[in-house]
Amino acid sequence: MSGFPLRRVRVAEVEQVAARIKRFRFVDIDNAPLSQFSGGSHISVVMHSGDRLMRNPYSLMGSPTDTSSYQISVLHCGADSRGGSKFMHENVAVGSELEISQPLNLFPPVRLAKKHVLVAGGIGITPFMSMMNELDALRSDFELHYGVRSLEDGAYCKYLQSRYGSRVNVYRQDQGQMIPLDAILGEQRLGTHMYVCGPKPMIDWALQTAELQGWPQENLHSEQFSAPPPGKPFVVKLAKSGREIAVKGHQSILEALEEHGVDASFLCRGGACGQCETGVIACDGYIDHNDHFLSEAERVGGKKIMICMSRIQTGSITLDL
Amino acid sequence: MTISTIKSRPIYPGLSPDLNARSNIIVCDKAGAAAVTELFSRADATFAKRSTVFIADALQETEAATARKDLAPATLEILPSLSAGIVRLREFLDNAPMGLRLYAAGTEPLIGSVVQAAADYGIDHLSIRTEHRGSLMRRVQCVHCKGFTENVTTNPVTCSHCGLTLFVRDHYSRRLAAFQGVCIDAENPGDVPPMEAIYQ
Amino acid sequence: MALIFKDETFRDDFTYKNSPATIRRFPFPFIEDQYRYSVNIEPHTPGPKGSVYEFTFDIDEHYVSEMRDRAMVLQEDPGRCQALPHMMTAQWDMLELVMVSLARDYPDLFTLHRDGAHWHWINKPLNIDQKFTFGEVNSLPYEPMEYVGRQIQGDFSLQDQRDGQLWMDAGIITSQADWSLDFDVGMNFFEWHAPVPLAHEAGVFERALKFLLNMQIGQPVRRLNWTMTINPRLDTSPENYPKWGKDRTTVTPENVGEKVHLRVELQGLFRLPRSNAILFSIRGYLMSLEQIVTVPKWGRRLPRVLKSLPPELIEYKGLARYRQTAIDWLEKYDDGAPTSPGGGPD
Ligand SMILES: Cc1cc2nc3c(=O)[nH]c(=O)nc-3n(C[C@H](O)[C@H](O)[C@H](O)COP(=O)(O)OP(=O)(O)OC[C@H]3O[C@@H](n4cnc5c(N)ncnc54)[C@H](O)[C@@H]3O)c2cc1C
Ligand code: HEM
Ligand code: FES
Repeated sequence: MSGFPLRRVRVAEVEQVAARIKRFRFVDIDNAPLSQFSGGSHISVVMHSGDRLMRNPYSLMGSPTDTSSYQISVLHCGADSRGGSKFMHENVAVGSELEISQPLNLFPPVRLAKKHVLVAGGIGITPFMSMMNELDALRSDFELHYGVRSLEDGAYCKYLQSRYGSRVNVYRQDQGQMIPLDAILGEQRLGTHMYVCGPKPMIDWALQTAELQGWPQENLHSEQFSAPPPGKPFVVKLAKSGREIAVKGHQSILEALEEHGVDASFLCRGGACGQCETGVIACDGYIDHNDHFLSEAERVGGKKIMICMSRIQTGSITLDL
Repeated sequence: MTISTIKSRPIYPGLSPDLNARSNIIVCDKAGAAAVTELFSRADATFAKRSTVFIADALQETEAATARKDLAPATLEILPSLSAGIVRLREFLDNAPMGLRLYAAGTEPLIGSVVQAAADYGIDHLSIRTEHRGSLMRRVQCVHCKGFTENVTTNPVTCSHCGLTLFVRDHYSRRLAAFQGVCIDAENPGDVPPMEAIYQ
Repeated sequence: MALIFKDETFRDDFTYKNSPATIRRFPFPFIEDQYRYSVNIEPHTPGPKGSVYEFTFDIDEHYVSEMRDRAMVLQEDPGRCQALPHMMTAQWDMLELVMVSLARDYPDLFTLHRDGAHWHWINKPLNIDQKFTFGEVNSLPYEPMEYVGRQIQGDFSLQDQRDGQLWMDAGIITSQADWSLDFDVGMNFFEWHAPVPLAHEAGVFERALKFLLNMQIGQPVRRLNWTMTINPRLDTSPENYPKWGKDRTTVTPENVGEKVHLRVELQGLFRLPRSNAILFSIRGYLMSLEQIVTVPKWGRRLPRVLKSLPPELIEYKGLARYRQTAIDWLEKYDDGAPTSPGGGPD
């Protein structure tokens, strides 16, 4: 199974919701109902920018039971961006048509939890939007701790506070406010789970804080909005077909394969789902494992690579493809 | 230690201290208490101070005195039986916050009962640190009458509720904290092999 | 083809029989002359008209009688239907999938009117006319899984997905091949598969789980599994083993063709949208050896397959007592001619 069936949608609404964040609302091209989804899900949005093809994952934010439209929020990644978020901000407007995948959930709330503590930083708020919608409907106990640079930079602060009241706590960096995670985690009832989504340093900090507070690993969950990090160009050799494919500095292996018409398996394109796992037959360089899927032992073993995210620094790599 | 190829049976890797937990709750029986002493010796001095130990077993006065000495400075409570120990554990967990770490050491029924009770409090079984000590006896659920037979040391075994002779299968349910017992002579009534004491 | 529902039994006098048309559509599970475990998963896309794959859920001439048998089992042992509390969203997901599919695929038999949360369900064969509020448990006579489960052929289980595992946290299981829902509820994929021999070691379950965890909404898959049952008995549960175990000793060269049934499970797997759970449907088909050999290809192939089985499988599937008798009887129908690939009749 490679990839996913796509459906065409039309952009019904675009709103600037914060300094660098736009909200997009999609409807089916024929106004057919979309699938319902579960809190924490994302879709992949396919973008054709010039001759480049990008498929970026974006979290669904609306109500999971609303089948009339999907909503996503996209942070403009600025000059750093290879183009996906820039394309969404500059080239996509009301009436634009795009292709999207079915929802996929790699960040679901644990239904056995007695309580859910949600920790968001910046654009990391997005998966929690649908999650809170769902938890609220299920009457599950939750609280949100949301760190923003300023009220101008943080999306949906007012909306969330008016909808969920005291369950929502916003912390403004420009006012020197920090998420008091130690205190928050120090007084939670047994069976509480923590979820964190935001920049990598924030995720690492939150997970470590929880661990130091004696929270078991099993109660900790995170989602990182990773994009394939760029690097130097290198060569991929395909053992089965005997082909050699050049991976450019700003491309992932998966993207390079696709550009050359090689069918490879994928789903999340963010190193989380495991679908693109590929066997390594030989490698004369060092593999940068940028995924969140392989275990430490598997990385050391060097026999597997997640081609949506990981690359090598120099030399060439031979894959079981 | 039970070494097992049964995929439904938990693995009991042995007790190792979580130095971050703000409190430690440890349930053990007589044999398991030795594993707790070893656990304390592997941790820093304050670890035992942060620990509450429930020994859920019938102890002689001298045994109790030894346990008090060996496990100090932990808070120690001695409960007369496994079921009394589990009642006490539940009471304790009723008001406990996150940041505690649960440990269980002893027979498989003891570990299973702790894991089973903890599940009601949202404690994942993988976050409980466990060590098997002592007897290999099993708790068995009769798949026919659903009754539980405790402290099973033989295979087959007679169901203490419906009287059928049960083959003890190597299939374990964490939710029931029991192995599965299936009528051994259903196909050929009366064709029962001799009982072997294999779970001593 | 209008269905005519049979009035038949799966216990006591065992009047169950397949009509000739039903024999032709039997999902014969052997695609070659030998059998071993594999990750035999394929997309659950609509199959040819009249086949068991034509629709999402297959309803056949045994529908009404099977539902009666299920009601009897549940009456005697309510534990055959269980759902842990956190599975309520998944239960509603299942109800929606089943009702929408049946009403779409069998409009003569089932109707569903939906007006927001106000639903009106009509099941003509079972004479049910039910108005209820979607999402409100009290508006139905049973919890949603049990409610639809009593109206659809096949057993069902619901798997919660968490921590990179699937957890069997609900099910309605009344016609199983010797496993206990009551015992297995709450187990994960590896745990409930623990008793299966050889497959763990062959990596079958590891690969299957990885596949299932990434299943997508609207992309169901299916696979076939099989065993053998003496008499057309649906309830071969471990709970009732003392009732049916003896049957295995009653097979003789004279009655083997009539008594021994191949039991095929058409298993469907569906990602459910709101709960992110996986629905597992186990739709069983029973056919006596006598009826199987009416299709020459099947008559040739089945004895060859039975001879090829590893001892661990013979033991696990409980075939030991009568396998040789079955092979001896079936071999009359094997002229040694080659068989064509695939399971269907030639
Ligand atoms: C499960 C999941 C859910 C997500 N949900 C959301 C969401 O709801 N909203 C959202 O805005 N995003 C979300 N993302 C992130 C999103 O998919 C994209 O990664 C993001 O929009 C950036 O894409 P891009 O094409 O603009 O940039 P990419 O080029 O793909 O860049 C990603 C980042 O890489 C770095 N980078 C790229 N090129 C260079 C370079 N040449 N030199 C140095 N650094 C570089 C930058 O830091 C940049 O921000 C999600 C990701 C995942 C995996
Ligand atoms: C979530 C979906 C599934 C559920 C709920 C499920 C459940 C079960 C159960 C309860 C058993 C009986 C075990 C016993 O003897 O106690 C079983 C057997 C088995 N399962 Fe699954 N299963 C699922 C998916 C799969 C998949 C995808 C495969 C693919 C390889 C698979 C392969 C098998 C095999 C090979 C057996 C042995 C069957 C036999 O020989 O009769 N299962 N399954
Ligand atoms: S596509 Fe999901 S890990 Fe690579």
